[in-house]
Amino acid sequence: MSADTSSAVDPVEGVSLYDVDNPAPVIEPPRKRTKKTPKSTRTNFELYGWLFMRLSGVVLVVLVLGHLLIQLVLDGGVSKVGFAFVAGRWASPFWQGWDLLMLWLAMLHGANGLRTVINDYAERPKTRFWLKNLLYAATVFTVLLGTLVIFTFDPNIR
Amino acid sequence: MPAGTLYRGREGMWSWVAHRVTGVLIFFFLFVHVLDTALVRVSPEAYDDVVATYKTPIVAVMEYGLVAAILFHALNGLRVVAVDFWSKGPKYQKQMLWTVMSIWIVLMAGAIYPVLGHAARELFGS
Repeated sequence: MSADTSSAVDPVEGVSLYDVDNPAPVIEPPRKRTKKTPKSTRTNFELYGWLFMRLSGVVLVVLVLGHLLIQLVLDGGVSKVGFAFVAGRWASPFWQGWDLLMLWLAMLHGANGLRTVINDYAERPKTRFWLKNLLYAATVFTVLLGTLVIFTFDPNIR
Repeated sequence: MPAGTLYRGREGMWSWVAHRVTGVLIFFFLFVHVLDTALVRVSPEAYDDVVATYKTPIVAVMEYGLVAAILFHALNGLRVVAVDFWSKGPKYQKQMLWTVMSIWIVLMAGAIYPVLGHAARELFGS
């Protein structure tokens, strides 16, 4: 850029139609968020969703593979699983916390994944609406039920 | 199929398809799994009855399938993270997929005895 700013365009490119007294019209950036922007794209929700999938995914690799190792591989595999085994593990706040975190992260990770799948394949607005509402209802129900079970577990229920 | 979903095929597309399919399967299992675990709040007998079906040979085969889906989704998920956050990730995405598949085969071989052993003993005697 030359120090001479009377023209916005280099001489090579031709004569500019605009100068300081006669500025070029402002063109709005095509993706600028305005009042007309649909509500769903006014926030960075999808960015945070994308980030959440990756962060929760890495944590879930540890939580879920650890869970599989304990439930299906170590100490006789699935054969030893029963009420007494559950009672033994949930006596420890560490495993309660492990299972609670795993429940919440896995359900939210899975729900967001299914939301993406619905968005991709369900084309009619009504179908999308109902499928997603069904998904959200099932997710809230499952997360709350699981949380309740972990916190109210009673080894002496009988 | 909706318009505009035709992709370029090969490793990138097929790993993406497998990631979706395994993800949906795992989510449906998770839903059922929370429900069956919730039976510990009903009675020890109700829980043990349902878990007994999990120990039958046919469900053991399904458990092996679940392990296969989870291991692929976990390993390929780490590959996706590497593609997105590692500067050389996109360049090595194919090599990383073959690494994922190699580790997956080794782990699946290692899971045969722990997951299916009890079913084999029940079917063929120990």
